[in-house]
Amino acid sequence: MPLSAPNKTSSPAPQSAASAINTSAGALRTISFWFAICALLCLLLVDIDISTTDPWAEMGLMTAGALSPLVWSWPTLLSSLANTFAFALQGVTVAAIVGFALALGYRFTLVRAFCAFIRSIHELFWALLFIQVAGLSSLTGLLAIAIPYAGTLAKIYGELFEEVDPAPSNNLPRGESRPLSEFFYSVLPLAWHSMATYTSYRFECAIRSSAILGFVGLPTLGFHLETALSDGHYSQAAAFFYALLLMIGTLRLWLHKGLLPIYLVAVFYYLPPQATISWQLLVRFVTEDIVPAPLRGQALLSGETINNVAQWINLLWQQQIWPGLLNTVLLGQISLVFTGLLALALLPLNSSLFIQRRWKRGIGDSVLILLRTLPETLLAFIGLLILGPSMLPAILALGIHNGAIIGHLLGRYTEELNLRADASRGVTLYFYEVLPRIYRQFLAFLFYRWEVILRETAILGILGIATLGFYIDSAFETFRFDVALLLILVSAALNISVDQFARYLRQRLQLKTVPESL
Amino acid sequence: MSPSTNQITNQSTSQSSNSSAVLFQFSDQRLQYERRTLFDNLSLSIAKGERVALIGESGAGKSTLLKALREQRPDQVAWCPQQPGLVPILSTFHNIYMGALSSHSLAYNLVNLIKPLPGALSIVEPIAKQLGLEQHLFSSTDKLSGGQQQRTSIGRALIQQRPIFLGDEPVANVDEYQGQALLQLICQGHDTVVLALHDIAQALSICTRIIGLQNGAIVIDAPSDQLQASDLAGLYGAS
Repeated sequence: MPLSAPNKTSSPAPQSAASAINTSAGALRTISFWFAICALLCLLLVDIDISTTDPWAEMGLMTAGALSPLVWSWPTLLSSLANTFAFALQGVTVAAIVGFALALGYRFTLVRAFCAFIRSIHELFWALLFIQVAGLSSLTGLLAIAIPYAGTLAKIYGELFEEVDPAPSNNLPRGESRPLSEFFYSVLPLAWHSMATYTSYRFECAIRSSAILGFVGLPTLGFHLETALSDGHYSQAAAFFYALLLMIGTLRLWLHKGLLPIYLVAVFYYLPPQATISWQLLVRFVTEDIVPAPLRGQALLSGETINNVAQWINLLWQQQIWPGLLNTVLLGQISLVFTGLLALALLPLNSSLFIQRRWKRGIGDSVLILLRTLPETLLAFIGLLILGPSMLPAILALGIHNGAIIGHLLGRYTEELNLRADASRGVTLYFYEVLPRIYRQFLAFLFYRWEVILRETAILGILGIATLGFYIDSAFETFRFDVALLLILVSAALNISVDQFARYLRQRLQLKTVPESL
Repeated sequence: MSPSTNQITNQSTSQSSNSSAVLFQFSDQRLQYERRTLFDNLSLSIAKGERVALIGESGAGKSTLLKALREQRPDQVAWCPQQPGLVPILSTFHNIYMGALSSHSLAYNLVNLIKPLPGALSIVEPIAKQLGLEQHLFSSTDKLSGGQQQRTSIGRALIQQRPIFLGDEPVANVDEYQGQALLQLICQGHDTVVLALHDIAQALSICTRIIGLQNGAIVIDAPSDQLQASDLAGLYGAS
């Protein structure tokens, strides 16, 4: 036998330890694999059946309605549009001011924890809480948006301040230190542009949130949308639906920096934040209603009370907390992976590497923008009407909305790639050149979205899907505010844990840690 | 007409091999790079079998000329740009194999992306060995040194088995000794070679013909055995 190696290497097994597989892609592949496996297992555990007898018929009716929008009352339509806009603008304005103040102290753990806490509670849950004391008032709408958005904006502003080029502030003269002045001169100007971009993106989100506040009774577009859809008045629903799309779609045309003061004065004049708060009711709510039932009027440390509380929690855990948590996590995991898959499938729509013609790409990107404009809750509600109650509409809604957001961003990101002149084309280009190059960015986007997806998963419960929101909504309906608060805190804890875990994964996989516009 | 006659005479003398099929031809052509005109009236022809070195300061038009050459015979050219353009998180194996994507089916390429296939390995491995990359075949290229990345890029050109090699500073990031060996490897694998080089000694020893560029014009075009290193020194820093 000749000593030389045989021509055909039958196995990829390397001859020496040095050429063992050691690729950066490996770690990313492993993590993706386990996420997908988890999602598949979850899929076995949840109900994704289509329970309506004839989904096509319902869809036909909806399509017919969508093609024949009908405004039954212009004043109603216009006032609900104005309310939606007013809550969103007021909420984001207050959130930006409070968020900025919080961001100044973002290096303190306590401030960070506080921000994480207030943003981990969904705006609809905040609304349900405030409705108990301030009723369906303009103050409730403002606070429901302002509080969680302040937490989010504080985080983003705080991270932007940390990311700013340190050279300008390092070059300031040493000696007597004026930290706040130095901040305004050497940090804020550098972060300003990103802050403005991000805040305006958040405003678009706030319009969606504001519209959805109608689902719990506030007089925004969502209120009329939900009513019309539930009653099967699809033509009327279509009118409100198009109004929402139109408002978000044309934001860039009329929401100019210079006009902002005018809009602000207008919305505060049109809808001054006020509520008739009965102080008696407020005191009762805080000192009695939200106190766990077995603790009310009892000596705190008696053995019997502790025993009762333990029983109370135990029962709640078995009947509500555990099933709610489980369903939220299962649905969240499936939706996360589905979102990822959709994003990867949709990104070519907004990439000149795959669609060369400008006008064709314009159409592709418009589809993505349209899909991301639709609020998940609304999509899920429509899905429930068509497909019947199961997890399926929720998965589709979360996947479509979030997948379109990430797909749009990834498509734009591919424009920055520097490919060789002799790069391949089509599917091969996608898998060999584009996907490996964008994968880190993709995972970073997806992990950012994880917390958002989970928050939304919980909230979809108010539509009847048995996630935490379902039990929270039921508790509010039966005036068991102590249970509602406990469940809200559980969902907050879940969101914070997932956010921390995603943060850990991003650091471990060396993904980008500052979001662009998520 | 007049500028081209000069070149043609030069070229006929520079032709050491017997083959004279013309592969690349420019006559009075204008070449632009990012909307800036680099060559006003370029006249040049390169024949099969030549080993041409393009010499000149950065900005003299070497890369633009290489790009224009590639456009003339895209199907016959193995391309080795100055920026290797590797996919950082993929292995050396995959980055070399990328040169051979068009000669396999889509399904084969996709399976090979997930798990290296024996057939693909048997093509890539010998090339990696020649380039001294066999120890790093399954490391991702973001873990390689600059020189190793450049060798991977050469590997991607070699695997294409095309008759013409166009390289823009293909050995700029490796030491002189390795550079010489790599250039010889490139010349063995290709009939015709055009290289942008900055190392004059390397150009004289490897190539049969030297083209000196300055400010978008060909100022020297001669067989390398008729030139001294001192003849070319004027191309740098003269203006």
